[in-house]
Amino acid sequence: MSIELKNITKQFGAVAAVNQVTFSVQEGELMALLGPSGGGKTTVLRMIAGLEVPTSGDILIRGQRVNELSVQQRNIGFVFQNYALFKNMNVFKNIAFGLKIKKWKRRDIKARVAELVSLLGLEGLEKRYAHQLSGGQRQRVAIARALAPKPSVLLLDEPFGAVDAKIRQELREWLVTLHHELSVTTIFVTHDQEEAMEVSNRIVIFSKGDLEQIGTPREVYEQPANEFVARFIGVMNVLDTEVKAGVARVGELQFGTPNQPDGARLRIGFRPYAVQVSTDVNLFPYRAVLHRTYFLGIMLRLEFELASGLVLRSRMTKEEYAQLGLEDGKEVSLQIRNYRILATEEAALPPERQSAYQPPPSIAENI
Amino acid sequence: MRSQRYNPLPGFGLTMGCTILYLSVIVLIPIGGLFLRTLELSWADFWRLATADRALAAYKLTFGASLIAALVNAVFGTVVAWVLVRYEFPGKRFFDALVDFPFALPTAVAGLTLSNLFAANGWLGQWLVPLGIKGSFTPLGVVIALTFIGLPFVVRTLQPVLEGFEREVEEAAATLGAGRLRTFFSIVAPTLLPAIITGFALAFARAIGEYGSVIFIAGNKPYESEIAPLLIVIRLEEYDYTGAIALAVVLLVVSFCLLITINLLERWASRFQN
Repeated sequence: MSIELKNITKQFGAVAAVNQVTFSVQEGELMALLGPSGGGKTTVLRMIAGLEVPTSGDILIRGQRVNELSVQQRNIGFVFQNYALFKNMNVFKNIAFGLKIKKWKRRDIKARVAELVSLLGLEGLEKRYAHQLSGGQRQRVAIARALAPKPSVLLLDEPFGAVDAKIRQELREWLVTLHHELSVTTIFVTHDQEEAMEVSNRIVIFSKGDLEQIGTPREVYEQPANEFVARFIGVMNVLDTEVKAGVARVGELQFGTPNQPDGARLRIGFRPYAVQVSTDVNLFPYRAVLHRTYFLGIMLRLEFELASGLVLRSRMTKEEYAQLGLEDGKEVSLQIRNYRILATEEAALPPERQSAYQPPPSIAENI
Repeated sequence: MRSQRYNPLPGFGLTMGCTILYLSVIVLIPIGGLFLRTLELSWADFWRLATADRALAAYKLTFGASLIAALVNAVFGTVVAWVLVRYEFPGKRFFDALVDFPFALPTAVAGLTLSNLFAANGWLGQWLVPLGIKGSFTPLGVVIALTFIGLPFVVRTLQPVLEGFEREVEEAAATLGAGRLRTFFSIVAPTLLPAIITGFALAFARAIGEYGSVIFIAGNKPYESEIAPLLIVIRLEEYDYTGAIALAVVLLVVSFCLLITINLLERWASRFQN
């Protein structure tokens, strides 16, 4: 067990930024702390680093309680959102800084810096200052600097927040590769669920200081612990319905919900891929019109308007779209293959329900 | 055909014209006139006037006291700016406003106040003079007056730089194992140095030219506590214009060389910036 948090609470004045959080990170794991901004994830990261002191609870690194250890003694590598490079030092000196403090020998420092420079693809930039580097290069210098003293844990705060979309994608892939090569325990903070799903082994989801769920990307996507997680991870159609004779209804939509009393108000959610489309208007139970198509590259996002005015979101590939011969304004029929009752945020969610036979969803739809 | 290049910012011609005109009228023409007047002097006369013992003593005091005052301000101005930017405390705005006081106060008033304060029977003087620290009517008085008028320069130059200094940079140093002192001397101080040097240069330049506050506290004894600007005024009052001009030219040339040196120093200190 590399890192353990036990009942960690952090109060800022009367506000609990982090509330009774317990989780552990395995040695060599690549973990994401995910949540909307203000969710407490950065505070958790800073407490692990020792930059904030928890109000109560224990933090253990490799079995040793580190609450009383100062930042300097914890042997962690921290990469800040804005990189926080030392502007008065060139790339070489930035990376060498931690080694100098640990009183490494000059020769060893040179060798270690050279090693990191080549690992991070910073060759030829050793003499440059921060202002002479691109955003992506600064980021890599910041990571090299954090890794140089061989930390037991690497912590990254919103590592891809400040670069443009293309470089962000490169950096994500590159972080996965780097983690694979070094297998240093890594925790990063992000508010982007796609990023968390793509990069990490496991995800910890926070909201308003509470830990909502821990799990692999697949687990949190397929078995969300509560409504917050279900809605935060991936895209979801959410409808408020009322139960009548064991069926939850809204507009013309009907969802079978046995064991629910009449008049109960239920929130129903389903993924875009659960919406099945046919151009045969009599095949599926609900008539709809393709209202708008959004082009997202290989995937298309579709908005269907039902006769009652309800709008449902669906996704499909370009090929499926072409096969069906869809275009804006086209009349179609729909069915909803599987859906979930989204209970209140506290209660655990019942498993997903299926309405009829359906083929398994293709991988591309899982975005 | 003439190719025309358009500048997206309009008004270059007009503003550049104004700038040249303004700088000419305010700076270049007066300085040019000064140098022209020195041509009336033969080289030997100029040398004699400019290097008279009394003049040399005055230069030494002016430049020496200005240097000490600017250095004191560089150190304490940095501390003041640091406290004003980094910490919250009651009366912060009051202290912040207080920094501008030397700018606003008529220099003669400042000089009178200071000389009274440090005189043998003054508030501070009655304790300091028995200890052998004579603030009024000595070269030390000159340093005190110049320190007073130079304070705002370092503080006001440094404040915006300190405000822009990212907290995370210090935290990054801490995560790498650096203690507070190490972080300050390896990272914070070098980053602030260019601004400190700029503030120092401004305070220094101001001190060299300062007249009003100094003449009240200095005592103005020739060869001892007489500053160069005062000696120029004395020469003018004696209708010795050429004498005054010789002194002025020396003051000007030396100041110019010093400011260029400081500028180079600042450029070196800020080599890591764009």
